[in-house]
Amino acid sequence: MKPVSYVRARSVEEATAAHAGRGEARYLGGGTNLVDLMKLGVERPEVLVDITRLPLDQVEEQPDGALRLGATVRNSDLAAHPLLRDRYPVVSQAVLSGASGQLRNVATTGGNLLQRTRCAYFQDVSKPCNKRVPGSGCAALDGVNHDHAVLGHSPHCVATHPSDLAVALAAVDAVVELAGPGGGRAVPVTDFLRLPEDVPERDTVISHGELITAVVLPPLPPGSVSRYRKARERASYAFALASVAAVLRLEDGVVSHLGLAFGGLAHRPWRARRAEAALLGARPTPEAVARALDAELAEAVPLRDNAYKVSLARDLAAQVLGSLTATA
Amino acid sequence: MDSSEESHAGASAQAVRHAPWPGPADSPAGATESRVALRVNGFSHTTEVDHRTTLLDLLRERLALTGSKKGCDHGQCGACTVLVDGRRVNSCLLLAVAQDGAEVVTVEGLADLAGEDGDLHPLQRAFLDRDAFQCGYCTPGQLCSAVGMLEEARAGAPSAVTDPQQGLGSAVRLTGEEIRERLSGNLCRCGAYPHIVEAVRDVIA
Amino acid sequence: MASQAHNAVGSPIERREGGAKVSGGALYATEYTPPGCVYAWLVTATVPKGRVASLDTAAALKVPGVLAVLTPDSAPRLADTDDATLAVLQNSEVPHHGWPVALAVAETLEAARAAAGSVGVAYETEPHESVLTEDPPGAYTPDEVNGGHPTERRRGDPEGRFAAAPVKIDARYRVPPLYNHPMEPHGATASWRDGRLTVYDTSQGADPVRAVLAQVFELPEERVTVVCEHVGGGFGSKGTPRPHVVLAAMASLHVRRPVKLALTRRQLTELVGHRAPTDHRLRLGAEPDGTLTSLIHEVTTHTSRIKEFVEQAAVPGRVMYAGANSLTAHRVAALDVPTPSWMRAPGEAPGMYALESAVDELACALAMDPIELRTRNEPDEEPDSGRPFSSRHLVECLREGAKRFGWAERDHRAGVRRSGAWLTGTGVAAATYPVLVSPSRATVTAHPDGLHVVRINATDIGTGARTVLAQIAAEALGVGAEAVRTEIGTTGLPKAPLAGGSSGTASWGWAVHEACRSLARRLHERSGPLPPEGLTASADTRGTADAESPYARHAFGAHFAEVGVDTDTGEVRVRRLLGVYAAGRILNPRTAGSQFIGGMVMGLGMALTEGGRVDPASGAFLGSDLAGYHVPAHADVPEVEAHWIDEEDAHLNPMGSKGIGEIGIVGTAAAIGNAVHHATGIRFRELPLTPDQVHAAGRGLV
Repeated sequence: MKPVSYVRARSVEEATAAHAGRGEARYLGGGTNLVDLMKLGVERPEVLVDITRLPLDQVEEQPDGALRLGATVRNSDLAAHPLLRDRYPVVSQAVLSGASGQLRNVATTGGNLLQRTRCAYFQDVSKPCNKRVPGSGCAALDGVNHDHAVLGHSPHCVATHPSDLAVALAAVDAVVELAGPGGGRAVPVTDFLRLPEDVPERDTVISHGELITAVVLPPLPPGSVSRYRKARERASYAFALASVAAVLRLEDGVVSHLGLAFGGLAHRPWRARRAEAALLGARPTPEAVARALDAELAEAVPLRDNAYKVSLARDLAAQVLGSLTATA
Repeated sequence: MDSSEESHAGASAQAVRHAPWPGPADSPAGATESRVALRVNGFSHTTEVDHRTTLLDLLRERLALTGSKKGCDHGQCGACTVLVDGRRVNSCLLLAVAQDGAEVVTVEGLADLAGEDGDLHPLQRAFLDRDAFQCGYCTPGQLCSAVGMLEEARAGAPSAVTDPQQGLGSAVRLTGEEIRERLSGNLCRCGAYPHIVEAVRDVIA
Repeated sequence: MASQAHNAVGSPIERREGGAKVSGGALYATEYTPPGCVYAWLVTATVPKGRVASLDTAAALKVPGVLAVLTPDSAPRLADTDDATLAVLQNSEVPHHGWPVALAVAETLEAARAAAGSVGVAYETEPHESVLTEDPPGAYTPDEVNGGHPTERRRGDPEGRFAAAPVKIDARYRVPPLYNHPMEPHGATASWRDGRLTVYDTSQGADPVRAVLAQVFELPEERVTVVCEHVGGGFGSKGTPRPHVVLAAMASLHVRRPVKLALTRRQLTELVGHRAPTDHRLRLGAEPDGTLTSLIHEVTTHTSRIKEFVEQAAVPGRVMYAGANSLTAHRVAALDVPTPSWMRAPGEAPGMYALESAVDELACALAMDPIELRTRNEPDEEPDSGRPFSSRHLVECLREGAKRFGWAERDHRAGVRRSGAWLTGTGVAAATYPVLVSPSRATVTAHPDGLHVVRINATDIGTGARTVLAQIAAEALGVGAEAVRTEIGTTGLPKAPLAGGSSGTASWGWAVHEACRSLARRLHERSGPLPPEGLTASADTRGTADAESPYARHAFGAHFAEVGVDTDTGEVRVRRLLGVYAAGRILNPRTAGSQFIGGMVMGLGMALTEGGRVDPASGAFLGSDLAGYHVPAHADVPEVEAHWIDEEDAHLNPMGSKGIGEIGIVGTAAAIGNAVHHATGIRFRELPLTPDQVHAAGRGLV
């Protein structure tokens, strides 16, 4: 960790200006991942712009029924929020299944989306990693890749996105609001987080200096049910081997809305568009669900150590969809 | 270097949400140290900190409060857990400079937090009664975490194992499963978990 | 007073250091800050084999606050020890990933870390091999294995009888590298003054640390003080001095200031030892009635290039079951890996996982209750040595456990208990751990005010040594435990062996008992008030504690587990764990119960969540921190019960106790694995039982 200067921003404008102003800057939210990575030497900022005292810590209902989650709302406050628990159980469950009580008390909505992969090679500055040092190679490709991606990876990077929250946000079609030196914009979370392709150093489409100010959850179709489930190596306090977020609405026994996303499988939450299309307008019988999931996962390309993820994700999704069908 | 004002206020040991703009102004552009003011276990400290200094290192190396432990330094074990503004947090991942104005309670301040007579918080007493530790290195974190956790449950905050039908806003009934899930951020390699859960149950009862 | 005295040993007395531990007052090795103390941060090798070609310290030395960067060129010279893992910063060779290559010292922790991160290291690398394969090239038969056991023992005609056996099991089991990961990372605070070295260390024994520091710095032992007052767990990884303490002392010598050095969690696994991976081939032959006719346990494991440590995993087969035909053998391959060492129940933990899984497989093949199978093969004497057991109550443990666990109602069919997505099952396994004891010294002083002070350089790594030694002293003196104070944890006190091999209490307690009996006799013989300085007696158990016993001395136990297996995910959750032990006299039921339970929790981790991974390209223990390597969390650990049977054994030590620190882990992994088989009908033979293998194998069950 090299010496670093510190700015406590008093407004969004001040934050983005400070970020743009001096040296290599990072926004400091909860810091649970940033400080972790600074200690590992992976992040080497020259300026920290503390955004935790910006007025972005509210969960607000919008006139159109959407829910606007401030970027600095702490994960535990988010998960406990009555409106979120009532209307978006999948999001609350996803938050609660991640990290620990202590970490959730500090980590923020925006920071959760921006957390970096837990790929062990990425975290070790002595190992090749295209995400950390573009062009240095991907040690995980032929290394220990038990925890890595089976979908959407590239020869340059096989890392997965570690967030549980992001998977639920992908399933509910959440939109990320950004402020930047050049003004604001809104990006669907499924586009905000990106696949590695040949630019694995970019986890998101965020531009230099841009700040997440909020995540907006559009209203879910009336009568829809939702759930998050993850599989992991210990019963709590572990990242997902695979996870599933689903929002389902049935009308007369037929699927009229489905949002389905996988975690732990790819460089970003994997929105299962193919499976959704296959099930839309159909009765979600176990056979139909199995066919849809097989179609979705047909494009999986497992690595040496992680073929288990494909069948695990498939069974996890089948279970979640089955249980939602029973309650919808 | 450290100025400890001997303003030990019992009431101030309660959690108070810090005001948005406490403490001194920004450090000069490019400075790598700042002055921060903290209350720790009821005592005020104003001190110059390197911006890289974590709250944990400030407590242990500067304020001689070594009760908070460094087990991993990366938020992976919970041994460093303290209460900041009443909430349990991993002090190893908090930069001290960002905690300016915060109210911190460490294991050394738990007894005062309870505000009762005696030298120990009821949970500390329960840990002794249940032999809820062996080497003792995770113990301060377990204690601070459990104290924070009890408050969270009282306020109705759900956990991953809370029944979704649980009434919003009402206190969560802490079953063994709830306690275990909520304390899972505190690792114990001596395997004292069953006794820790018993101790927590003792103070709920 | 008299009744208290009679009750001192065997009473559930609260641990004496408990108040300090729950209030944050207990000080661990890096929590002492001598005036002028500075900080060190280690730079470790990032390649598996070769040498440091060049070290660039220029940038590091420019870091504000930096005092020095120790390198093989500038670091103090060390005298040789027989432990090559301690010869740090002496040359540019890199024997494995994680080896120390430089040490930055600075005024603050932040500056030390920054300086360490600024050291530029260039390596010349050589071809390496870091992954243990099934039949590693270069594997050899060591002269002996850990604990001084013979590498191979053969009786009768094991291969011939196996071939001829009507019922047989031939299976391979694998245990991955495992990490001790005590909660307190290895660290030390060292200072030199007037040619004297004082070190606060986290170690299982201060005297061995002193001896080694005196040796490497060529000092008389009297000029070295080592304090280990509170130790945040060790589980074997702090058994002997580890590199951090030597490095801290070197740094302090170099900068002439007190120095604190704590290893990072990631550095630990490559510098303080690990449980070596073991590959087991188990062959059991039996008659249809369950009588074992052949037991063959062959183990392949790894060690490093610089030090031979061979996990003695085939040794329990020499103790457990009757039969005239047996082969237990070890092979080891020296790879480019960090040096393995002790981890809780070395040998027994992985060895009994394999043996007790195979016994369960045999019971299934015989359609026989696994408890009945074990009972049928109970030996009259130690099979390997022919010596009588000083006491052996394995069958009693199995029966007591069966009663408490509800084993009689068990349906032995596998894979038939389903509730929703969950399959449930139960399993049993036996446990054993040898009785070890070493000579120790102790003194005790009776003071005029009625206080008795016991002095002995024992170490409390969480066992409650202060408390149990006071109980032993109280009983020998005929006083209440509250009339005894124990002083432990620093050199200068009477020399004592380390807390390891489940031998601490037996070794220390023996000397304390002898000293107290001697004092009691003298107090009895005299009259009148005590002199102001009190009356002191001492003991040295050399020649008695270490005398060869004509008996085979072991603790035994039985483990029972109930698991649920989620067929959607392959997640295995333990629902109940129960252990029953026959470990001699239990000196303090409260602290003993905690040790038994703690061992079982670590065994749960071994069974379900813990597995080290070696990066083939760099030889690194990849993802070895507490996020990547999963020790069990609260949510993994259900109700755990530990019980014991009253066991009287006159052939042990004056207290009649056996060690209890390690046996709790020994049978737990096998009991859980056997329960998973009972739940699913699938036999998994590679630990840990994580969703990747369980789900993949179990899909047909859905």
